[in-house]
Amino acid sequence: MSETASRSESGNPLVYLEHHNYYADTKIRRILRDVKTFAMVGASTAWRRPSFYAMKYLQHKGFRIVPINPGRAGGEVLGETIYGSLAEAPHKFDMVDIFRTSEEAYDITKDVIANKDDKGIKYLWMQLTVRNDPAAELAEAAGLEVVMDRCPKIEFGRLSGELSWLGVNSRIITAKTLRSPKS
Amino acid sequence: MSVRTNIDEVTSNVPGEEGGPREFGISTIAVHAGARPDPVTGARQTPIYQTTSFVFDDSEHAAELFNLQTFGYVYSRMTNPTVSVFEERIAQLEGGRGAVAAASGHAAQFLAAVSLMEAGDEFISSRNLYGGSLTQFGVSFPKLGWKCHFVDPTDPENFEQAMTDRVKFIFCEGVANPGGIILDIERISEVANKHGVLLIVDNTLASPYLLRPFEWGADLVIHSTTKFIGGHGNTMGGILIESGNIDWFRNDKYPGMSKPDNAYHGLTFAETFGDFGFTMRTRMVALRDYGATLYPTAAWNLLQGVETLPLRMQRHCDNAQAVAEWLEKHPKVNWVSYPGLKSSQFYELGQKYLPRGKGGVFTFGIKGGFDAGVKLIDCVELHSHLANIGDTRSLILHPASTTHRQLTDEQRESAGAGPDVVRLSVGIEDVEDIIADLEQALAQT
Repeated sequence: MSETASRSESGNPLVYLEHHNYYADTKIRRILRDVKTFAMVGASTAWRRPSFYAMKYLQHKGFRIVPINPGRAGGEVLGETIYGSLAEAPHKFDMVDIFRTSEEAYDITKDVIANKDDKGIKYLWMQLTVRNDPAAELAEAAGLEVVMDRCPKIEFGRLSGELSWLGVNSRIITAKTLRSPKS
Repeated sequence: MSVRTNIDEVTSNVPGEEGGPREFGISTIAVHAGARPDPVTGARQTPIYQTTSFVFDDSEHAAELFNLQTFGYVYSRMTNPTVSVFEERIAQLEGGRGAVAAASGHAAQFLAAVSLMEAGDEFISSRNLYGGSLTQFGVSFPKLGWKCHFVDPTDPENFEQAMTDRVKFIFCEGVANPGGIILDIERISEVANKHGVLLIVDNTLASPYLLRPFEWGADLVIHSTTKFIGGHGNTMGGILIESGNIDWFRNDKYPGMSKPDNAYHGLTFAETFGDFGFTMRTRMVALRDYGATLYPTAAWNLLQGVETLPLRMQRHCDNAQAVAEWLEKHPKVNWVSYPGLKSSQFYELGQKYLPRGKGGVFTFGIKGGFDAGVKLIDCVELHSHLANIGDTRSLILHPASTTHRQLTDEQRESAGAGPDVVRLSVGIEDVEDIIADLEQALAQT
């Protein structure tokens, strides 16, 4: 992206990153195996919300998840204290998972980059339906690896074969036994 | 293509991280999709999990499963490991996101209807359907408060004319039973889209080897897997596949998908499960409550059959083409309705939608009408006289005296099942033997 790139009304660069239209299974599997702790921005305390489902499932799969939600700071969800911002959380984390809208993802990404070195963040993940190419471009320029428009729970289930239990097309064809990304 | 050296490099559809997806061919999918070696025993063939129920790890695990918060098997009315292999296999063959198997094709149609409609709702259907579907839609569904508008599907404008505010979906057989009709699915999908309703295509006669309706705009695909998918005439089954491209929030026609579900503590299926939300809801609501479940052993039989779908289907098509060409020249045959013949009004649509072959089922008109049709069927030796299609064996039927018997004369004519109509489901035997049998039987009419 050059300095002369056009800008949208919101001031964000108009960017379209073709390499985010598709992610190889190897890439997703590598990230899910490497990540031990991640921050979930937009974690909900309401147990019927998708973010709660994802957090609970991934906790069972061995991830530590640090919930970030300014409106619920100081509260607790699934045994973890909720923090108001990435900077306020005392933990190190390998990844930030954005459970907010595509528009909000841009400012959250800037915050992720600002906390990258302090927290040891390597990966930026945006949830299913969340895609912000200008944000991804910023993050990649800062050395983060980015996944957008995917759910880590669904991807974990897909790669380990559990999603197939529901008759969902994993698109995985192999004569090898499927293993959890954590195994 | 990179060399696969260990499990971490299992790439499914990928040559490498820098490239795009590499799609597997349909014959590979037919053999492999959904089935992986058993992680405990190493069994390569899919085991038959002939069990009703599955133990929970603990109470918390049970609660999570009942809340749909984690993946796992509970009870075979909804999910079973043998059945789910079959579901994934067909979902991938069709290029869809997910699938729910059912006890029969009719059961799959019911699950779709009950998942999309409330009492008082309506749908539009092609009138060129399997006779049993005409009865299901026209006689039984109205008892549940669902109204079906039947239209001549050969002009897509007819779907537009029949549209009402209460219509929830358009239904059609892409290749219609009993005879040689191919619909312009792409244009019908434009009508459905314009009105924000779903297009359901019954793909039983073509199978995904010949036609993948999602590529032409269908939202849901249905099969009677009793037919070409299973292929051997030994097992009943049905399946409902979701494209993964449905925007449930574009209007308020589908509150079951786009509004919170009280039975699941207010979760919204289209939000929580995204592009496979309809598969989840059909399974966890319709299958749970109506119980039209596919049996594990039946799923296993169907898995055996579908492995050879591409081989069989090509042979069905090649044989059918030869038989149709032979019949067209026979002096006792008035007409042949097969889209692989240039005389067919559906020849052009066949070239567009079914490039690999025009299917194995078609009709012809015998000179001498009803009586000659009955006589022909009594005289065949190799052809089996029965009410099924898509068997390895060649099958013959006189719809007017069997499958379409319960309809009025007018309905029979409009469904392509008039008194002189004979339906063939051409098998995979040697084509010379199929033709010889028809020749000796026609000689006796």
